[in-house]
Amino acid sequence: MSATPTAAPTTRIGRHLISIDDLDRAAIERVLDRAESFAEVAGREIKKVPALRGRTVVNLFYEASTRTSSSFELAAKRLSADVVNIRSAGSSVDKGESLKDTVQTLSSYDPAAIVIRAPHVGAARLVAGWTPASVINAGDGKHEHPTQALLDAFTLRRRLGALDGVNLWIVGDVMHSRVARSNILALTRMGANVTVCGPPTLIPREIETLGCQSTVSLDRIEEADVVYVLRMQHERMHDSFVPSLREYAERYQISLARLRPGQLLMHPGPVNRGVELSADAIDSAAALIGEQVKAGVVVRMAVLYELLAGAQPRPSGAGQLATAGLEAA
Amino acid sequence: MVQDQKVILDHDDVRRTLVRIAHEIVERNPPRADGGSGETVALVGIHRRGAILATRLHALVSELLDTPVPLGDLDISFYRDDVAIRPSAPVVLATHLDFRLEQRTVVIVDDVLYTGRTVRAAIDAIFDYGRPDRVQLAVLVDRGHRELPIRPEFVGKNVPSSQDERVNVCLVELDGRDEVTIGPYRGRRRAAA
Repeated sequence: MSATPTAAPTTRIGRHLISIDDLDRAAIERVLDRAESFAEVAGREIKKVPALRGRTVVNLFYEASTRTSSSFELAAKRLSADVVNIRSAGSSVDKGESLKDTVQTLSSYDPAAIVIRAPHVGAARLVAGWTPASVINAGDGKHEHPTQALLDAFTLRRRLGALDGVNLWIVGDVMHSRVARSNILALTRMGANVTVCGPPTLIPREIETLGCQSTVSLDRIEEADVVYVLRMQHERMHDSFVPSLREYAERYQISLARLRPGQLLMHPGPVNRGVELSADAIDSAAALIGEQVKAGVVVRMAVLYELLAGAQPRPSGAGQLATAGLEAA
Repeated sequence: MVQDQKVILDHDDVRRTLVRIAHEIVERNPPRADGGSGETVALVGIHRRGAILATRLHALVSELLDTPVPLGDLDISFYRDDVAIRPSAPVVLATHLDFRLEQRTVVIVDDVLYTGRTVRAAIDAIFDYGRPDRVQLAVLVDRGHRELPIRPEFVGKNVPSSQDERVNVCLVELDGRDEVTIGPYRGRRRAAA
């Protein structure tokens, strides 16, 4: 290695990923570019690199998850990190242990990162204050799910190239959806035009302040280049928001009949077939759902890599590695 | 060019050196005696300038042999031994190793050999793709100060250097000119190659 490369500057992305607001457009692009490198790794026979060897990643899931928990686990393992997976059911949380005590107990393993999913808004931010580890928000109640938005942006960028000017509609239970909130922030930051659509009871008031438009009718859905469908988040509903699921499906279900050719279809999963999406739509060529799932692992590898590769400032001062005299490449 | 930089190789030197290295690679790796499946050599360059040099060597070596010579490039960022102590995550470029490594002699190509840590990382990366028959190393400049037991088979020029100095390789494809200079090291020390 000799003369300084002319590639982009490598300032750290920041210690935590709690919200998409932690990333500007350049940082999002950087994570997506890194995810492309990991897509190449995923194509090899040995799908592993030693970048996080010897580091520990703790996955702490207080809510049900298939996709997110398994993809974070696989992402950390493919970076050669040691992984500890805790699901609250069956752990000492059943014995009444609080979130703070759980986090402080796990911090004694000196993890490099804690990935947290919890039903309470703001949980990730709280956890970040209780541990020296990097904290990654895997979903905090209905607030945000930043890695989902990143993998959605990655999937779309791969399909469409730049996202500037792309019209994207988010249809469904926006009120209770952390995926919607993170996606509105991320995709508008990448230049897309986002419109949210659903029954009036499920569109939050003043959602437009996040930078999107809103409508309660699917009439103009053909304006969308991409339709992003959300599931009814029953587990977060404590009131009646729709008269019945059948009526919801009648008015707002996305089926092939409602889509025009050329429109792309996305869904964060899991899908409730026959409710928000018809079977013919799910199984059609317009659906990017499978690509979204595949994107999950490589994007989470990119997030872990960008957050953890590089010296961690140690608050205690113990074991501080000598970074003086090393300049960024 | 800054005043205190001394030119070690100019444009013509670089060209002649690469031609010589290409001949040495072919000489060192003769075709199989059974005349069977032809040449076994493959070139893999380390980003960024090693990959550029590998592309040039590939053109030269291909002229000397009858059979196609596979060419790959490698980004070793994920295999660096200093990932945990750098101030930030290293910039990552692409890797392309689209051919089978078995039954091949892989020649790693880099611009400057210094501590040997980059080459160690490259060997680890290559072995994650397959099991080559043998691995050789071609460098434009060997500046000494090895910190690992790594030695090159093909060297453009040996350049004695002190640790306060820096060897700068400029290549037309990236920097507009072919030139290798040595001069005092400015700024904070970089992670060594």
